Amino acid sequence: MKKAKASPSHPLDALVRTERVPHIWCPGCGIGTAFSACLMALHTSGLDLDKAVMVSGIGCSGRAAGYTRLDSYHTTHGRAIPFATGMKLAKPELHVIVFSGDGDLFAIGGNHIIHAARRNIDLTVLCVNNLNYGMTGGQVAATTPTLAKTTTTPRGNPERPFNLPLLVYAAGATYVARWTILHTRDLTQSIQEAFQHKGFAFIEVLAPCPTGYGRRNKERPLDTLKLYQDRTIVKNGANPAEAALDFERGIVLGKFVEEQRPTCIEMYDRTCRLPDSAAG
Amino acid sequence: MKPAVWTGEHFMTGDVACAEGALAAGCRFFAGYPITPATEIAEHMSDRLPDVGGTYIQMEDEIAAMAAVLGASCAGVKSMTATSGPGFSLMMENLGLGICTETPCVVVNVQRAGPSTGLPTLGAQGDMMQARWGSHGHYEIIALAPASPQDIFYQTIRAFNLSEKYRVPVLIMSDEVVGHLSERVVIPDPSAIRTVSRRRPKGRKDRFKPFCPGPDGVAPMADAGDGYRIHVTGLTHDERGYPVMTADCHAEMVARLTGKIRSNLGDIIQTESYRLDDAEVAIVSYGVSSRSSMAAVDEARQDGIKAGLLRLITVWPFAEEAVADLSRRVRALFTVEINLGQIHLEVERCAKGRVPCHLVGHAGGTVIAPESIVQAIKDRL
Repeated sequence: MKKAKASPSHPLDALVRTERVPHIWCPGCGIGTAFSACLMALHTSGLDLDKAVMVSGIGCSGRAAGYTRLDSYHTTHGRAIPFATGMKLAKPELHVIVFSGDGDLFAIGGNHIIHAARRNIDLTVLCVNNLNYGMTGGQVAATTPTLAKTTTTPRGNPERPFNLPLLVYAAGATYVARWTILHTRDLTQSIQEAFQHKGFAFIEVLAPCPTGYGRRNKERPLDTLKLYQDRTIVKNGANPAEAALDFERGIVLGKFVEEQRPTCIEMYDRTCRLPDSAAG
Repeated sequence: MKPAVWTGEHFMTGDVACAEGALAAGCRFFAGYPITPATEIAEHMSDRLPDVGGTYIQMEDEIAAMAAVLGASCAGVKSMTATSGPGFSLMMENLGLGICTETPCVVVNVQRAGPSTGLPTLGAQGDMMQARWGSHGHYEIIALAPASPQDIFYQTIRAFNLSEKYRVPVLIMSDEVVGHLSERVVIPDPSAIRTVSRRRPKGRKDRFKPFCPGPDGVAPMADAGDGYRIHVTGLTHDERGYPVMTADCHAEMVARLTGKIRSNLGDIIQTESYRLDDAEVAIVSYGVSSRSSMAAVDEARQDGIKAGLLRLITVWPFAEEAVADLSRRVRALFTVEINLGQIHLEVERCAKGRVPCHLVGHAGGTVIAPESIVQAIKDRL
């Protein structure tokens, strides 16, 4: 019998800081799937990976930057987008990917994401939405469904959650999509498109958090995936206004928006620079 | 492209001179947010930067401005922001990120009277302790205190040079009076301006440890996109930049972050002595108050009091030795500052009870008149 040839154990190993394994993500967590979709999209994108940068904020999803073998920056809570904005403006040849969670990007960082979308700054923003604050043990978030139980809404969430695709679209995002971690191929393809897209690209990735959210809401890990299978409908081009997260009526997935608008840097060069220094 | 250095003689405000100093130092990124009395720095940078190959952006708040400055610096571009008290407060968390990740940058605080919204259009020096301890955790920081438009031009260049050399955010603690004062500013030829840039790594990219210090205690810094594939985090980290959640690793990291400043005090601390040689009474002051103090020294000497001035150009780290030395030579120390006693506490600490230490200060809104300093000296001698 021929001996198996020693080879890297996984095609994405070159993109993972394998020396940092084991990671912190819990069993049943969806972040790892979103993370590997992102790495697979990078792997097959043809981008110069030395020029690809991952920026994260704080939280479970924010740990992604620490596991990625790219130039990677784990910043402060909510501030991944302005950090990435400065980086992209200072060195436009970089492909800057923001990988973070719903609390980081839309609660503490909510002001930044709307302004980044308004500017159409050329960033790829992946938002893993697990409907709660996982890192701190399952508190209510700006994405938690009304009446859902968390450690800080023990009697049910009295508030209404954000519709993330609608919010970023209204603010000016020029690429908007939503997938779940069950829709891995669509998600990976969408991330690839987002890399190629010029301007502010946003992808919401629904992911289960059995430890923080599921167990307080009678959702076992497989129940959440079943919801992703049974209660979702793919509607590319759907109006983001119809994309509210409502697991009773059904969740709309797909690529909602893909528009061309001059990017922040294109507009700055055109408007502010002398004609002979536009490339600067 | 236009020249980055405005060589020549000008009549300009401290805020504009600060912006020109930044450009002369090689600053090519500015993220700002409007706030009185620092807005003119942002305005000037927004007009000048695109013509010299740089970029200006007005962010959505000061938190974002500070974050963008760090991001730009990590991409290898010398970066700055400018603000005043309320914005300075908002920048504190990301200032800590800059300290922990050793990201060079310059933060200008054109101080106005606080607390809170306070007196937006009137000067003070009330943020001196915030400059030292405003971000959480234990750290060392460099803060400079300019006294005039000409001075802030040079101090801003020096701020960038120190920041690049030691990989630490450097604070310029200006104030409303210096910021809005118009005076003669001479900008030299670029060849006469010494600028420092961070050391970049050499050697094998896959073996590079981004937080492994050289003999000077400072690690070379790789730009994003240079192929080193570094990881940078505000978590406690080891030489590889990887998080390590132990007390030992934390002790080692904090010792290094503070040590690179503490072991180079001679290079970092600058003071200026005025008529101190035979002085029996010494004033310790900085920024705009040092100008009133200089006039007070002359007035006091006319009245027969042998006064002198120690001007702190570097306020943090504190000139402990210079003040201790002074406390052995004079009969009394007077700290002159526009607050109710901040640097005064440091002077007391360093004098160790050897001489009486007095404060000449008020809560802010106007400069301290030389006569009131002289009167305070006479009252207490």
